[in-house]
Amino acid sequence: MPDPEILIRARGLTKRFGQFTAVDSIDFELRRGEAFGFLGPNGAGKSSTMRMIGCVSPPSGGELTILGLDPVTDGAAIRARLGAVPQEDTLDVELTVRENLLVYGRYFGLPRAVIAERTGRLLDFVQLSERADDHVEPLSGGMKRRLTIARSLINEPEILILDEPTTGLDPQARHVVWDRLFRLKQQGVTLVLTTHYMDEAEQLCDRLVVMDGGKIAAAGSPRELIDTYSSREVLELRFSTFEHDQAAEKLAAVPAERTEVLADRVLLYVVDGDAAMASVRGLALDPLTSLVRRSTLEDVFLRLTGRRLEDG
Amino acid sequence: MTAPALRVRPSRPGTGVAGTWQMAVRAFQYWLVNYRRTWRGTIYSSVLTPVLYLGAMGLALGKLVDQHGTAGLGRVSYLVFLAPGLMAATAMQTAVGESLYPVFSAVKWQQTYQAAAATPLKPGDIFRGHLLFTTMRLAMNTMIFLVIMAAFGAVRSGWVVAAVPVAVLTGLAFATPLDAFAVTQKKNDQAFAVIFRFGMIPLFLFSGTFFPVTQLPGWIRPVAYATPLWHGVALCRSLSLGTADLAGSLGHIAYLAAIAILGLIAGERAYRRRLYV
Repeated sequence: MPDPEILIRARGLTKRFGQFTAVDSIDFELRRGEAFGFLGPNGAGKSSTMRMIGCVSPPSGGELTILGLDPVTDGAAIRARLGAVPQEDTLDVELTVRENLLVYGRYFGLPRAVIAERTGRLLDFVQLSERADDHVEPLSGGMKRRLTIARSLINEPEILILDEPTTGLDPQARHVVWDRLFRLKQQGVTLVLTTHYMDEAEQLCDRLVVMDGGKIAAAGSPRELIDTYSSREVLELRFSTFEHDQAAEKLAAVPAERTEVLADRVLLYVVDGDAAMASVRGLALDPLTSLVRRSTLEDVFLRLTGRRLEDG
Repeated sequence: MTAPALRVRPSRPGTGVAGTWQMAVRAFQYWLVNYRRTWRGTIYSSVLTPVLYLGAMGLALGKLVDQHGTAGLGRVSYLVFLAPGLMAATAMQTAVGESLYPVFSAVKWQQTYQAAAATPLKPGDIFRGHLLFTTMRLAMNTMIFLVIMAAFGAVRSGWVVAAVPVAVLTGLAFATPLDAFAVTQKKNDQAFAVIFRFGMIPLFLFSGTFFPVTQLPGWIRPVAYATPLWHGVALCRSLSLGTADLAGSLGHIAYLAAIAILGLIAGERAYRRRLYV
């Protein structure tokens, strides 16, 4: 008897394009009501995974069950119960905001009266009511993204899937989108999202998997991942270019769980950042800047893959 | 500003999916909403183009042609000879115009197809929905053409009414394979200019629209007879002149329908391969 609280179940899920393996035998489960994230750099296989979940990309191997159904044979029935926010906006820019929702609602076979009622509510929710009868073309990137989110909710989906929901947005527009997504999550909407922003993953995801090279490198809540793969605090030091290498060698004397020497910085993974800074001073090293901070998912990613998220 | 709470009520399992025909109609509705912005302009050109052609070629050039005798035209005036052929050719032009760029735009520039593919619509539904709109545009343009043709006094038989669905079928014999082709284009629209220049224009000029194919050198006539446009032109003309016979008409229809159906099968496959990657 399958567990009705598990909405998506993947076992050995694989996607190949010719010789290239984009998604390499991954396992995960999505539970009802949670916000689940795929964190990884560009090319990690996140979008390919999302397209398979969205039933617009047949898996090359493994098992995938969505809402108890098989995406290959029951794709249309599954898509009827999903909301999808693709990486690139696929809005019709020549139509009005309202017409975009009308057309999309009709794709789901919703009656016009139902669409009209939901349109009012959804545009309120994404703060676009005043632009309802404007064309989409002149809207800002953030507004278009919010409209795409409103559009994805027109069928009152059981799962909302978002592929890089804030990529390309300025910080302010990004925060507005996060706020809306956070509200959806609080209202019990099940979210699946991909991101290469660790702050997005930390703020929105109850549980996430770190993806790299088509594989899942680690899984857990943001807190669990940080506790498992990083230290409590991080001391970030920056030296002048000609001192950098020398300083990095000397820093080996500072007791730390781990030291990462990046091109422009040295990161010391420690329990107590201030204590570590005192030892650095004791070595007669004088960094240009120093910063004590908490560990983030960025540090988890660095630990797991040896690369930074933005490196791609 | 605080947003109102959003009611979350999961939809009933099984809703949102319907029969093939209804799904295509849903996709068709997008094109209707879209057409609300542009219909006026298209009506002007649907009226003006036949008036210009029938005036310049049918009447003015026709006067000159008629002075030299109409035996080669089947003893009707050039206007009467030309008009039904032009009806079929207009359908071809409409079909090409509604297929190449709109399909490429929907799959590449605007990604309206991808938006629809994320809903219960399947690639085949999206394809057939777009084709329904093309069919509507073909029916509109052909009927407008018929009215103008009648106003020019270029009709000899009431059977000309049957030329409308024949012209629509002629258009579909172009639209389905061209849709199938256009949706596979990945990078740009360069191939379309080639189709216009080396496909549509020669067909328009040499498929019996402006002069009987018997005027062509014997060796090239089989090529003209093989083109779908010639079948559409020949059948529309025989209906307009009242000279159509059953066997010949069925032959033309079968040929046009066969191409349209092959295009339908190819299109279904091409849309699926492009939208389900």
